[in-house]
Amino acid sequence: MIVPWGETRLVQGNEAVALGAVAAGIEFFAGYPITPSTEIAELLAKYMPLLGTKWIQMEDEIASISALIGARLAGAKSMTATSGPGFSLMQEGLGYACMAEVPLVLVNVMRGGPSTGLPTQAAQGDVMQARWGTHGDHPAIALAPSNVRECFEMTIRAFNLSERFRTPVILLPDEIIGHMRERITFPAEGDLYVEPKPVPDVPVEWYEHYHVTASNVSPMACIGSGYRFHVTGLTHDVHGFPTRKEKEVIGKMNRLKHKITRRLDELEDVRMHDVEENPVTIFAYGSVYRSALAAQAMLKKRKKRVGVFRPVTLWPFPDRTVKEELDSKEVVLVPELNQGQMIHEVERMTKDSVRVVPLHRIDGYEITPEEIVNAVLEVM
Amino acid sequence: MPVPLPYEYKYLRSKKKFPHVWCPGCGIGIVMGSIIRAVDSLSWEKDNIVMVSGIGCTSRMPVYVDFNTIHTTHGRALAFGTGVKMANPSLNVMAVMGDGDSLAIGGNHIIHAARRNIDITAIVVNNDNYGMTGGQFSPVTPEGARTSTTPYGMIEPGFDVCNLMEGAGASFVARGTVYHIMELDKIITRAFKKKGFSVVEVLAPCPTNFGRANRLGGPVEMMKLLKENTINISQAKAMKPEDAKGKVVRGVFVDKVSIPYEERYEKLCEKARNSAGASR
Repeated sequence: MIVPWGETRLVQGNEAVALGAVAAGIEFFAGYPITPSTEIAELLAKYMPLLGTKWIQMEDEIASISALIGARLAGAKSMTATSGPGFSLMQEGLGYACMAEVPLVLVNVMRGGPSTGLPTQAAQGDVMQARWGTHGDHPAIALAPSNVRECFEMTIRAFNLSERFRTPVILLPDEIIGHMRERITFPAEGDLYVEPKPVPDVPVEWYEHYHVTASNVSPMACIGSGYRFHVTGLTHDVHGFPTRKEKEVIGKMNRLKHKITRRLDELEDVRMHDVEENPVTIFAYGSVYRSALAAQAMLKKRKKRVGVFRPVTLWPFPDRTVKEELDSKEVVLVPELNQGQMIHEVERMTKDSVRVVPLHRIDGYEITPEEIVNAVLEVM
Repeated sequence: MPVPLPYEYKYLRSKKKFPHVWCPGCGIGIVMGSIIRAVDSLSWEKDNIVMVSGIGCTSRMPVYVDFNTIHTTHGRALAFGTGVKMANPSLNVMAVMGDGDSLAIGGNHIIHAARRNIDITAIVVNNDNYGMTGGQFSPVTPEGARTSTTPYGMIEPGFDVCNLMEGAGASFVARGTVYHIMELDKIITRAFKKKGFSVVEVLAPCPTNFGRANRLGGPVEMMKLLKENTINISQAKAMKPEDAKGKVVRGVFVDKVSIPYEERYEKLCEKARNSAGASR
């Protein structure tokens, strides 16, 4: 038994991701060594042969994500783990998976960038790359865990969403979350929901690999199951064959968009702590959310009250909820481990009268609760 | 070009996807015919065949054949194929690629697929240049040759694909041409049967780009060049070195027994389970 169901253990964030992958039923892992994500590949190299599932170290990150797509087309639930420079290389395959609608999970443990940057230190500099990194219009789903238990749960959720939406899902722990250790209690085995792989039930001759459905997602046959189909990165028709016909191109592109934008309720996940009643709110995600909660408690002791708003699903951005909750605030403080990325999304969704104040830290270390307290006191 | 035989239609998406994109005189369709005849001779089920490709003229082939087909990104056919084969080792996986696709942008993947010895057959159609983008030089363009990006002649030495693959550890390495079609059918059949990584380099003309840029004549003249400039490996062995000079050798260069990667991995799983069981 690899996942210690129902038990309480001291677990590292990356370890929890590996265990979450096993819990979600991972069948194929391909990766390339890169700090600070290596524990995920190392632990799966240990677990997966025991389960008879497939693990491979490829020659680079491009090969890794390519192998992932091939494996999922052949029916194996697939995941890879990387960090900044590897994430850049994987953008090619990520775009292909979006276009060809292949489910997969990509874990990017965020380190300082650009380029080789700060390999062993934390950052949140890849959140925009997770949204817009690969070329062309494309759907994006990205989740940011803030503790070790969430690393476990959110890896499973990432697999589930990728299967449900037939699209790649990105998990974005920052290095602090990936490397921290916490005591967590694992759920009982039956308490987890694992999304089944959607399988077509139509006769072979009726099968369309990109059948138009009300949900904009169609069941996906796998190679070797008797359904023969064509897959390409070229813009394609419902059968998967290349097309340049206006109607088919527009239909495909809109379907890719709408399968996310018309099902936002299933994707949106925000945590709010005393947001409604306070005119000042801290908007934070990932490891910074922990500091924000600590800062909120410290401020409370000083009789200063603030709210904390956390997007758990970073992409799609919770537009509606941010507008509803933050548009009437006096101040929204946005602490981030970068030079200001998600802050622009907050600005986009709030009117000019809301003061949206940045707080950056870019030296690879965490934003402390004290820093947030000081920033709040300055603006209050 | 051989006349398509009725049984070949069985393997084509003949009603949907033709006419094809290839230029008159192109050799890629001949390679496709050879692949189909090899598949037919082995009685492989279409459901169990996977054809992966990258980007380029050769990589358009998967659209036309009625197998499981994946047209991937530039250079990555073997990486995608590795995932397919690992996920389901019972599938017969082949990768069809051009010279630029497999050896420039895909160079890293092809040497590692060969080293790993994964059971995939790589068909490298070598037409000396990048056809689809308008005839730029590739890693096999001969020195001195003119292409749209070597207007003053090619100054880089080219790869010898077969030597490269032998050095990287492939289990089966062979070269054929689209002129010597019966020979090519046999080579591709042997490559498909081979357990482990097999590579077939197929010399093919590109009259539209390479032929025109180097004044090699039309399709017929370029086919004649394949006939005149290549010799069979048994002929080469019988010839004096000075007579064989400048000729490209056809035939099978490597055919060895080596356990394919996916079988090694199965054994690794057994070993891991046994040692975990023993430690309990």
